[in-house]
Amino acid sequence: MAYKRQIDRLPIPPKDAKVHNVTCHYCIVGCGYKAYTWDRNKQGTLKDNAFGIDLGEQQNADGTWVAPSMYNMVKQDGKDVHLAVVPDQECVVNSGLVSIRGGRMAENRPSKVTGTQQQRLSDPLVWRNGTWQPTSWDDALDLVARVTARIVTEGSEDDLLLSMFDHGGSAGGYENTWGTGKLYFDSMKVKNARIHNRPAYNSEVHSTRDMGVDELQYQYSDYEVTDTIMIIGANPLETQTNLFLNHMRKGLENGAKFIMVDPRRTVTVNAAEEVAGAENVLHLAIDPGSDMVLFNALFTHIVDQGWTDSDFVTNSTFASGEAVAEDAAHPAGLGSLDYALATCRTSTAEAAEICKVDEADIIKAAEWIAKPKDGARRKCVTAYEKGVIWGNDNYRTVGSIVNIALATGNIGREGGGCCRLGGHQEGYYRPSDAHVGRPATYVDQLLISGGGKVQHVWACDHYKTTLNASQYKRAHRKRAEMVKDAMDASAAGSREQQVDAIVAAVNAGGLFVVDVDIHHSQIGQNAHVILPACESNEMNLTSMNGERRLRLSEKYMDRYGNSLPDCLIAAKLAQNMERVLRDMGDDAYADQFKGYDWETEEDAFMDGYNQGNPDVTYERLRAMGNNGVQEPVQGFEDGKLVGVERLYMDGKFTRHGRDDGKALFCAASWRGLQAPGKEQERATHKFWINNVRANIFWQNQFLDKDNDFIQDRFPYPFIEMNADDMAEMGLNAGDLIEIHNENGTTQGMAYPTDTAARGQVAMVFGSPTGSQGNVVNPGVNELVLPDYKHTWGNIRKLADATPAAKAVSFKSKEYTS
Amino acid sequence: MRCKKMVDVGRRQFLRGGALAAAGAAAATVTTTPAQATPANAQVDYPSGKLANVADLAVNEPMDIEYPDADSPGVLIKLGQAVDGGVGPDGDIVAYSVLCPHKGYYMSYNSEDRTMNCPGHFSRFDVEAGGQQVWGHATQNLPQFTLRVDDNGDIFAEGASDLIFGRPSNVL
Repeated sequence: MAYKRQIDRLPIPPKDAKVHNVTCHYCIVGCGYKAYTWDRNKQGTLKDNAFGIDLGEQQNADGTWVAPSMYNMVKQDGKDVHLAVVPDQECVVNSGLVSIRGGRMAENRPSKVTGTQQQRLSDPLVWRNGTWQPTSWDDALDLVARVTARIVTEGSEDDLLLSMFDHGGSAGGYENTWGTGKLYFDSMKVKNARIHNRPAYNSEVHSTRDMGVDELQYQYSDYEVTDTIMIIGANPLETQTNLFLNHMRKGLENGAKFIMVDPRRTVTVNAAEEVAGAENVLHLAIDPGSDMVLFNALFTHIVDQGWTDSDFVTNSTFASGEAVAEDAAHPAGLGSLDYALATCRTSTAEAAEICKVDEADIIKAAEWIAKPKDGARRKCVTAYEKGVIWGNDNYRTVGSIVNIALATGNIGREGGGCCRLGGHQEGYYRPSDAHVGRPATYVDQLLISGGGKVQHVWACDHYKTTLNASQYKRAHRKRAEMVKDAMDASAAGSREQQVDAIVAAVNAGGLFVVDVDIHHSQIGQNAHVILPACESNEMNLTSMNGERRLRLSEKYMDRYGNSLPDCLIAAKLAQNMERVLRDMGDDAYADQFKGYDWETEEDAFMDGYNQGNPDVTYERLRAMGNNGVQEPVQGFEDGKLVGVERLYMDGKFTRHGRDDGKALFCAASWRGLQAPGKEQERATHKFWINNVRANIFWQNQFLDKDNDFIQDRFPYPFIEMNADDMAEMGLNAGDLIEIHNENGTTQGMAYPTDTAARGQVAMVFGSPTGSQGNVVNPGVNELVLPDYKHTWGNIRKLADATPAAKAVSFKSKEYTS
Repeated sequence: MRCKKMVDVGRRQFLRGGALAAAGAAAATVTTTPAQATPANAQVDYPSGKLANVADLAVNEPMDIEYPDADSPGVLIKLGQAVDGGVGPDGDIVAYSVLCPHKGYYMSYNSEDRTMNCPGHFSRFDVEAGGQQVWGHATQNLPQFTLRVDDNGDIFAEGASDLIFGRPSNVL
């Protein structure tokens, strides 16, 4: 039986409730919400309330309603206050729509009154006496700084392994990327760094940038006025929910065609069919990994048919030959259209054979993208995400997509765009990372092979979200245990003696792990020092969404316990490094850690982002509200920040840094499954193991493991599976099954899915109770972009469905009218 | 606007079954009683509303209802096999709100797989699993009405499991 909230009424916000601007911090879309807070002993009435409507009347569809998940009681200025976080009708991003994630922001706040999110960390913890013991910031950071300073001075900064977020929203944002960036890329020059979801410090979309095209150049309203929407390796109804519902949907209602490139049929395809009619939706269910062949064929066909935008190609793209040669930093050559096409040339017949789709459908896709309509140029928006970003041959495949957009003049124009859809919001402002190099270090392999001595982890949990995770975890745990043993053995000694013991342990192959997070994560089980961070709205935080819309999401509640914003943790760590290094007599190095006298997150913002964007201040952003301003900010006029609707409207492409302003095409040469070991894995296992997202906990699963509503729906990670495959193996719905291959094992519950192809399963990614990354091999491309998506394994049954799994609905996820 | 049309279709489907007015007490005022008035009970007092008689129901043919008041449309369904929370001699009768707890659109019943489906934003709920959201955007499962069957086979609604869309209190 489903989880019942057993709530039949809620407090009403009074007219004088405080109102705060909130941008949802979970996914890249960044929907606007208003947070209402009011005193514990006050309430509004049905007639007289903060919404200014008669709440005694049943509200119509789309009317204002506070769901129980939008309510909580939190601390504000030390007092318990009511909180309601309600979607903002006036925000152009979501127009009052709410996702299953954002609609639960309030209940996913920590509250000692209602008992929500009591998993949150409240104090620094240090490994003592066989467990993690609470302590002060001074004590914890003294230990971190002493060990770190010893290691980087006795060895080098290359002995510091760094895992850190690079995104906006949630724990990221301009304040926090700057705080961490200044510490590790300015005060230090740490090069053995990786990002939360990939094993190196690199771009996920190097090729589009090298071609001159930033990956977020359109605005969301372009979907509403286009002729065709092409989505590649993405599932926006689940993962950019209100982008689909509020913008793509309008485009489809206005007559746009919809092309989906994805081996798996998703709820997005179903919804597009519902809105546009099946005849206007083309789902190209290609063979896994064959994307590039399809795009090369589309590119070829469009050029051969003369459907290119010749003025755009002439004026805005590189004219002749090769501009950038293929080399270690560029997995494909870049140059003119003709230059690229010579390599990319693929017939629709060849593509049909390799991609295992009908040739007629490929031709239809080309027509929908580029065939002139009523004598006029056709507009097409293209968007892609993890299916290709975490897919086969990232550099060339992304390049092959951008080739089509450039050939058809669909960048920098209304109704166009060729963008990634994104995961988190963006919020990157850091000193140069040029010292990291390209290709960057494959940091996971370095760690596994015994490299590095100290690891600083910022809001990353590689236990759940890295590839080759089984091996990584074994190595990490073993190395961390050596240091735990040393700390236990030296516990009675002085701080100096304990630091000596830790240094000896890491010199013997151990790893000293510092974990900064909002909760005690799985990788945190191996940490020696754990530092409590806070989230958006427990601090002020600035980020930009997938159309570069910059907003200030305001602080409306106190930080939980003794937690701090990441930027201020970085500042405190820098100050401790300075002090310790001075004590060690290394004044010159100590001086590099000056400049962190920040009291607030706004100080970090002014020290970082504002230096590069002097027009942008908290006060001005606050005044811009939930619609914010689209970056890059051009100035401040008539009391408003001025932004830009879309990039490259002048037809000049700059992301590659070329002075000529010409975009480059990519010579995307097909070479099968590029990453080492993939072809062999495919040949020797029964099932393709796709990893997928679910709207219900996309981007907030780490919180939702403590959320009853969510855990009731999916007590275990789902593994969608064809019913005939299940029958053949004697599996019933909800049975616990294990996926196994040479890389490791993982487990979840079988979810019979009639649209799943035989031999293909889809496992939800990033689950705390079943890491899909366990079975992903270490294969990456030349620039260390992992291919999570191409994994093959076998499946065996572990157990019958548990009572929790038996209570779950296993019906189709597809809406039926 | 396709979307609006679809909502109308959903509404018509429910009217087709014939609405049965909820009998019983008028709604009590509870949420915002001024301090000087009689103190409110801690729990909402639900009206007891007769929805139908067991004999009126055919398996898998939903009947339109209104509960706790005429502004709150719902559905009464005899599933044909016992489910958790089901009432009646066969333990198979359930009742739910039909306003999607995401944005309040009228939902349609799919008798084939026994789900409620929202034309607004494609959410769906399993009426055989206590209204669990199978997939969608709502942040709660479908409000299920608490049912009682008397000795005559009359079915009464007397409560709800979750807050109904569009109201701060289930009883206004």
